[in-house]
Amino acid sequence: MKSTRILAWLAIAIGAIYFIVPLIGTFEFSLRMRRGEYTFDAYQSVFSDIQFRTTFGFSMLMALFTIIFGMLLVVPTAYWVRLRLPRMRPVIEFITLLPLVIPAIVIVFGYLRLYNSSSFLPLTNSTSGTNMLLVFSYMTLSLPYMYRAVDTAMRMIDVGTLTEAAESLGAKWPTILFRCIFPNVMSGVLSGAFITFAIVMGEFTMASLLNRPAFGPYLQLVGANKAYEPSALAIIAFAITWLSMGLLQLVSRFQKTAPVKA
Amino acid sequence: MSHSALIDRRTVIDWLGIAPFMIFALLFLILPTLYLVTGAFLTPEGDFTFKNIGDLFSPNILSAYWISIKVSLASSLGGAIIGFFLAWAIVMGGLPRSIRSGLLTFSGVASNFAGVPLAFAFIATLGRTGLVTVLLRDMIGFNLYSTGFNLLSFFGLTITYMFFQIPLMVLILTPALDGMKREWREASEILGASTWQYWRMIALPILWPSLLGTTLLLFANAFGAIATAYALTGSSLNIVPILLYAQIRGDVLHNPNLGYALALGMIVITGLSNVLYIWLRSRAERWQK
Repeated sequence: MKSTRILAWLAIAIGAIYFIVPLIGTFEFSLRMRRGEYTFDAYQSVFSDIQFRTTFGFSMLMALFTIIFGMLLVVPTAYWVRLRLPRMRPVIEFITLLPLVIPAIVIVFGYLRLYNSSSFLPLTNSTSGTNMLLVFSYMTLSLPYMYRAVDTAMRMIDVGTLTEAAESLGAKWPTILFRCIFPNVMSGVLSGAFITFAIVMGEFTMASLLNRPAFGPYLQLVGANKAYEPSALAIIAFAITWLSMGLLQLVSRFQKTAPVKA
Repeated sequence: MSHSALIDRRTVIDWLGIAPFMIFALLFLILPTLYLVTGAFLTPEGDFTFKNIGDLFSPNILSAYWISIKVSLASSLGGAIIGFFLAWAIVMGGLPRSIRSGLLTFSGVASNFAGVPLAFAFIATLGRTGLVTVLLRDMIGFNLYSTGFNLLSFFGLTITYMFFQIPLMVLILTPALDGMKREWREASEILGASTWQYWRMIALPILWPSLLGTTLLLFANAFGAIATAYALTGSSLNIVPILLYAQIRGDVLHNPNLGYALALGMIVITGLSNVLYIWLRSRAERWQK
């Protein structure tokens, strides 16, 4: 038993070295901008870059739209499938898993061919159309995570009883959906939102091929042209991911200890 | 008469409820993919042909697929093995509880820390002026790059990909290891089995569908990834996603329909590994009831 424990510690130690050294390396590199001393100059340079602010803001906005429209699509669907069409569940689940099977670059390739200027729906013709397409592409990318998060939360509440109770009190469909179902699956909605946020903020492929000024392509551009700023940006990106995942864990813990009473 | 009309109306409403989702999936997931798949079998003039598929077997494209497969295979095997030992350590190693929750939390973050920033992190660590490279040179006089090591290569890309592969393995495998019942271990010990025999004759036969299945998932995960590789190597490493990226940007293959065939090849490979993964997972679940 003792040798097991030593082996276990060894595995953890090797893992820790592999995971922590790059983070230390990145942080150390980001401080090296001024010769001979450690400073936060690289961070200052990043934060004062107007491009950083605009692309970061753009990606935040895209993430927000993705979360809102994604949830408006996913929550009613998951609800309806549980309530009325349980036999369609395998089909819907299969569709929500497809974005994990079809690589993102293939999906966006299809968009560029299907929605170009000569198509039936020329979305890439205008800036706002392309932005819409970008939001749709992010909704597609986050579909597996959003659907799973919401469906898990919905499993814990009795959709049928809640609906009947609301109906017998005279509630109409919008009331049932937005004042009864949504608040009850809030933990799932929030989990899905945080992971979507983490995905969208750093996403490169879609934004780059659709030519939108998002944070991912900006990161790539800085990486190709500057020395120390990329490390500072990597630390910032890691902090964003850490924040989203931390909030996600907080929400899921909340969900386990305090189920929402209907 | 009115009764049947009522039923019909209800059925229509039932289906209308999932119509928005279906229309969305059709427009932004299924039709774009089908467009490429059918395009792979057409000439630029629109006639049916197998020529594009045949052209995939030209040396340039074949080598791109081969490098992609090698990187995906190496990073998924490496990720699976290290991830397995980490998951084993936190489930069966008798470590403090805090190590377990710490590793699982970190894995949740690291499995989502991919793309461009990950490439930056490894350049800052193992690049020519990276921390580890410099420390090795200054402290023990060991020049990493004189050994032929290069971060912008097959090996460098594999090491970098493992940063999100290992955590993914830990996250998926920990529940599977948690499902191993203590009684199985105790029964085997009472019957006089050694630790080695327990693993060879009980644990691994139960775990192999999970192990192999997750490895396939990691494989598909690495195969479709582009951002990390692109930020790390630019276009110097000829892997399929980067070739496809260049093709979308500027028709480097001089045949749009060959580009569709390239995409089809990617779908086939990631699709096959996912189908196998799902099949293996359903086998693995038999033991987790």
